[in-house]
Amino acid sequence: MAEYQNIFTQVQVKGPAHLGVPLYRDQYGRTGKPFHVYLLGIIGDAQIGPIYLGLTGVASLIFGFIAIEIIGLNMAASVDWSPVQFVKQLPWLALEPPAPENGLKIPPLNQGGWWLWAGFFMTASVMLWWARTYLRARQLGMGTHIAWAFAAAIFLMLSCGLFRPVLMGTWGEAVPFGIFPHLDWTATFSIRYGNLYYNPFHMLSIVFLYGSTLLFAMHGATILAVSRFGGEREIEQSTDRGTALERAGLFWRWTMGFNASMESIHRWAWWFAVLCPITGGIGILLTGTVVDNWYLWGIKHGFVPVYPETLPVIVDPALLPGAPK
Amino acid sequence: MSYKQRILTLALAGAALAVFLVVFAYYTLQRPTVEWLQWGYRGTGLVHLVNSRDIQNQQREGLHAVPAADETIDPAGTKASEVYLNVKVLGDLDSNEFLRFMTAITKWVAPVQGCAYCHNEADFADENVVTKIVSRRMIQMTQDLNAKWKSHVAINGQGVTCYTCHRGNPIPKNVWYTPVEPRFSQALLGNLAGQNQRATAVGLTSLPFDPFTPFLVKSDQIRVVGKTALPTTNRMSIKQAEWTYGLMMSMSKSLGVNCTYCHNSQNFQSWGASSPQRVTAWYGIRMVRDINNNYINPLTPLYANVAGRKGPAGDIAKANCATCHQGAFKPLYGVSQLKDYPVLAGPSSAVKTQ
Repeated sequence: MAEYQNIFTQVQVKGPAHLGVPLYRDQYGRTGKPFHVYLLGIIGDAQIGPIYLGLTGVASLIFGFIAIEIIGLNMAASVDWSPVQFVKQLPWLALEPPAPENGLKIPPLNQGGWWLWAGFFMTASVMLWWARTYLRARQLGMGTHIAWAFAAAIFLMLSCGLFRPVLMGTWGEAVPFGIFPHLDWTATFSIRYGNLYYNPFHMLSIVFLYGSTLLFAMHGATILAVSRFGGEREIEQSTDRGTALERAGLFWRWTMGFNASMESIHRWAWWFAVLCPITGGIGILLTGTVVDNWYLWGIKHGFVPVYPETLPVIVDPALLPGAPK
Repeated sequence: MSYKQRILTLALAGAALAVFLVVFAYYTLQRPTVEWLQWGYRGTGLVHLVNSRDIQNQQREGLHAVPAADETIDPAGTKASEVYLNVKVLGDLDSNEFLRFMTAITKWVAPVQGCAYCHNEADFADENVVTKIVSRRMIQMTQDLNAKWKSHVAINGQGVTCYTCHRGNPIPKNVWYTPVEPRFSQALLGNLAGQNQRATAVGLTSLPFDPFTPFLVKSDQIRVVGKTALPTTNRMSIKQAEWTYGLMMSMSKSLGVNCTYCHNSQNFQSWGASSPQRVTAWYGIRMVRDINNNYINPLTPLYANVAGRKGPAGDIAKANCATCHQGAFKPLYGVSQLKDYPVLAGPSSAVKTQ
């Protein structure tokens, strides 16, 4: 059996770098002299570059750089500009949104103003990158599925950082920029609003998240399993007997009675992936605006399990007569 | 690239990954064996987890070992106030018992420095020693706590003594000072908003690093979760919830327990789903407020001319849960010293000399 037929591409073809399809006259050129990296060739294409930057790419990078600068300089200032502390404490550092009592006003820079500016530049950068995925796809004559999938992720990001805070009437509800701080925010968000696990849209989001991993595993495994018949390279073989495609389909039909087609499996994957952030974003938008305590909401609608009492029953001591303050 | 070079490259990449994983695991994970005690219905996660290694370490350090009580002594038949000068709090105590107690307190609080830590050795009645005035107030505090806060310190009759906090240190090991507002909070950049530092007090999270001032000195609202399914009157924000979360993390660290020691994480705020320990903790928070506001903070003027006893904000050392608990869910794992020193069980009728 040839070495080529393996999970990792063991044969790397080295030749003159491919510079890509011709450009139209009114476009920026592609940037960078292409080169090859052996290790990357194992997990993908060994050729790096050239890259097309264009107007949206350059603008996106500039805005992104400004956002990261604002966040990074605030973090550095918060440890007294000590490079050692900056590295040591980086996961803990953050740029906090304005205080809750500030509402939706634009506060002084060091009381949340920087957060608003960083959020503006980050959003601009991400939106420009979105436009780039759309335009690049169009230029290559592709559909725009990638751009719309990316838009689903952007919807979730803006739900947490923009739409929901506006609906709640305060920037203080938004997410801080920081590694641990945004995780602490997430945990606190769930606690404050009575356990997000009882939010049906959070449930759906988890279904699509785990569903995506399941579909990805099934699809990836199927194609790898038929790569010995050239399954990853087949184009027109759906009508042929004994091809990789037929075997892949038959495997699932025999295993569970139903099989996706070569085209529909990618629609399954796309929708599962895209619905994960969309349902999640809806769940975020409903929290605090429409529902204040998801646990009690779950009780109201009869889907919270009731456990038998195993602990001695207690009452809130604050309700007892003469309770200390 | 030759076959050999390829193998070498892959081997190096693999080795680097392996080293990273081992280092990560070493600094992140706990070695077994974790033992557990389930006390809620199955599936609710109401489990107390204990790593026996932690317990062994504590035992090796002798952290929660209780010193043997001094032998009981025959009463002298005279009151301490009749024998000694300036005995203002323990004056009604038998003079022999008084000496026995003074011996114990020396062992508990200042074993190295001895009597001289609180007394002018030339004149034990001298009232110009700050530590003496402070320790008198602390004795009163201990008596009051045992009488007033049975709901927290005497659920099983354990009670507290000087040793509960001091453990042989003149200043208990676990105390806190008000942190100073970092100068960057008022500058152009770098406002911390009271959080986002590597803070051991809140279990190495980035939660607010001083949850003690608002909740253990001031009486800010701890409860943040709404009581109704739909939004009605609860205006607590996520940021306020982070302060509460910080306090809870500090309690969890102080007691060496999980959230589920007190709460059912299905529904943190519900008292019906919580364990009885939560009631004890509720009284504990009020007790620490009482300690800080009525016993410790009023002593601040005494330290006006004493160096090295103040925090960066000019306040003196204050108490939180860790001050007594020191990593154990019950201080000294529930061993009571009070039965050997009943003088601390409640306020003695103070001898009014002034």
